[in-house]
Amino acid sequence: MTRTLAGYTDRISACPGETIAFKVSAEDGSPSYRASLVRLHCVDSHRDGPGLEEETIPSAFDGEHPARRQPIRIGSRATVEGGGAVSGLGSFSIAMMIWPTLEKEAPQVLFSTLDGAGGGFALAVGAGNRLSLSIGGQDLALDRPLLTREWALVAASYDAATGEAALHAVPANVHAGFSPPQSRMAKFGRKLPTGAAGLISVAARLEPDGRPVEHYNGKIDSPRLLSRALPLEALRRLIVEPLAAQFAADLVAAWDFSEDMGSERAIDLSPNRLDCRLVNMPSRAAKGWNWSGGFQDWKTAPQEYGAIHFHEDDLSDCAWETDFTFTVPKNLPSGCYAAKLEGQGDPEHVVFFVRAPRGKPGARAVFLASTATYIAYGNYRVMNRSNLYEMYLGQLPELVESDLFLNTRPEYGDSLYATHNDGSGMAIGTRLRPTVNMRPNTTLSAFNDDGWIFSWLKAMRLDADFITDEDLHHEGLGLLSDYSLVITGNHPEYISTQMWDALDAFLTRGGRLMYLGGNGFFWRVAFHDDVPGVMELRRAEDGSRPWEAEPGEYYMAFNGEYGGLWRRVGRPPQGLVGVGFTASGFDISSFYRRTEQSADPRAAFIFDGVGDEIIGDFGLAGGGAAGQEIDRYDRALGSPPHALVVARSEDHTEEMMIGKEDMPAANYIIGGTENPLVHADMTFFETPNGGAVFSTGSITWAAGLPWNGFDNSVSRITRNVFERFVDPKPFVYPASRERTA
Amino acid sequence: MAFPITPDPDLAAEFKKTPLGHHSPQLQRLLRIFRTLPTAGKHALLRIDHRRAWVLVQFNGRKGEPLTVHRDRVFTDWNEAEWAVFKLRWQAYFGEAVPEALG
Repeated sequence: MTRTLAGYTDRISACPGETIAFKVSAEDGSPSYRASLVRLHCVDSHRDGPGLEEETIPSAFDGEHPARRQPIRIGSRATVEGGGAVSGLGSFSIAMMIWPTLEKEAPQVLFSTLDGAGGGFALAVGAGNRLSLSIGGQDLALDRPLLTREWALVAASYDAATGEAALHAVPANVHAGFSPPQSRMAKFGRKLPTGAAGLISVAARLEPDGRPVEHYNGKIDSPRLLSRALPLEALRRLIVEPLAAQFAADLVAAWDFSEDMGSERAIDLSPNRLDCRLVNMPSRAAKGWNWSGGFQDWKTAPQEYGAIHFHEDDLSDCAWETDFTFTVPKNLPSGCYAAKLEGQGDPEHVVFFVRAPRGKPGARAVFLASTATYIAYGNYRVMNRSNLYEMYLGQLPELVESDLFLNTRPEYGDSLYATHNDGSGMAIGTRLRPTVNMRPNTTLSAFNDDGWIFSWLKAMRLDADFITDEDLHHEGLGLLSDYSLVITGNHPEYISTQMWDALDAFLTRGGRLMYLGGNGFFWRVAFHDDVPGVMELRRAEDGSRPWEAEPGEYYMAFNGEYGGLWRRVGRPPQGLVGVGFTASGFDISSFYRRTEQSADPRAAFIFDGVGDEIIGDFGLAGGGAAGQEIDRYDRALGSPPHALVVARSEDHTEEMMIGKEDMPAANYIIGGTENPLVHADMTFFETPNGGAVFSTGSITWAAGLPWNGFDNSVSRITRNVFERFVDPKPFVYPASRERTA
Repeated sequence: MAFPITPDPDLAAEFKKTPLGHHSPQLQRLLRIFRTLPTAGKHALLRIDHRRAWVLVQFNGRKGEPLTVHRDRVFTDWNEAEWAVFKLRWQAYFGEAVPEALG
């Protein structure tokens, strides 16, 4: 069986009294489905765990719902209703700088007013990467290809009085005569309605029913439209001086993509103000044709960042219609929930989180669901990885049903671990689409293995509310102030500045944090201000990364911050949680051995009832509690000097390799059997004002919890820390010489 | 390949004993070759039962094209599956089967 239903929500969490909207598509066209509310206590059926635990809870949306198929229009573009300024066009000139990135047989439309009924014009990159102009059913194309990843001025003009049309491509960088400037002229009909109905589409063509097709892959910088046919030299000037007096009588539009950078608007400088609406969030803050290399930050030189990079596989929002809504009742406990949708195939679970009533916490502890990480890995496609993927895993890749489902649906998009079809990195992630691996029993361990923490809380009868990364981002410290303890998931890798600052302030003011994961607090991301659920990432400069941001494009468009590793902006994770990423390896996991520092009386509560020197030589992820991605204490990277490393992992294989950021030059000493940095450090330290942090520094710690019916040393240690951390008794910040080892 | 690897039966025996875990440098080198084979035709495992059962599949190397699914090659032990794929790759790479005693 495979699934036939897919869905997503407008928001990832809701408090009692708040309403969440569900958007559903029946992929097989079936007429109806059944919906029910389930609370997810455990989301994995591993035979050594408690099994999938979903508790059905009566809700207002129980029962049969009519189904329909809802399309996904993947691909980014810009569009505007040009009104009379465009619909009245006869003669025109169009000019822009472009940097095409993907050669295809199918046309890639740069700019179109085509209406499908013979009106309008289009400038496109056609088969063989040749520039083409279409007007009134006639085409004109250049003979020689445009080079990919090279800037060129592309332009066309049409004189309605004479029917003369011209098409030009002038490379900005002439490769020893290989790509000289090209022009071609043609005689088209006279008085053609080149503006058609006035609807402009940039980077795609619109079918008469509004469906976008023939998306362009690459950058566009400084597009200009004039209501007069101009010679090439004037068109060159039009790019850099669109508001010059010589164009004033004829300027229709001159877009400046460096304006209003974080928004979904592209600003028109002309008096017509034909601001475009951007669809599916193409990449902004992209360096333009005139980038000098003298600036790295678009904010300091916006005039060199006038490009937008469009992709045929950009996706920020499926924009599906709502099928049903759910207002969270007052008495519904905070937790991880799903709308379970059942039709012909496997059930679909549309996951969301229920919070406590605002300002009325239901517990002293709160679980922070790593929803930013879930977005980053959303719709990760195992089958689209490179041939190095298995090397990276250290074992055969494992696929599940959702991988087969995704494989036949390119329109669902990929993850922030993927590259676009043109080879550039996917820098914008979204949950405004079905995230088919944020579901029970998938291989997205960031979500699936957080379920071990949910089920452990239930098995231990420990109370905790649930919040999400987005809640923390939007509400900041005030949200955490309701609680004395924050518990993370197994992989809180992606963190916004607002999230970091809130956690940091929480700790400084006496809060407690249990970081039950590995490779956390690693990448800096930005959430979009206007579109909740969309997130930007620049894989800049350093770190183990599946793609690299272009030079000069390390600053994020959404908020202007320098993207990439937190370590590269002076905030290594060690400074927040005591440990930071050191190594990754996905073959087998290992165990911790208690250190001499674990005998420190300050750490006694951690090991209460734990007699073992070896901790976690078992578990449901690779057979050990220290594995996959692990973190180390490092004073040089900001680990608190008084922190106690109470246990350290050992015996990792050669597959467990240090991160690139710790390998200044290539060398052979990178694996777990030789490199001294390859170990997870279980770390504890007190913070000022009575707070404390406990970090396990390993992704697979959480998968150790359910071993042996939750009766094991990993579970016991976690419980000991939980119970002490919800105890209001302040931790005492040690005097400088009190550390015993 | 500048420095050839010979089909040393000891390497196959070592892998069969410990498909995942510590490996000798010689076996690591062979596995680097096997694991970085081109994606087209490369083997992987499709989980068919969340209580732990898999079937053998092969990637085709092109986005969006279906997998080749070998429904008759079912494994309930991950290590057995690793060994089965190792043998296929050994045969393809060296042009001979792993020694019968190991098979």
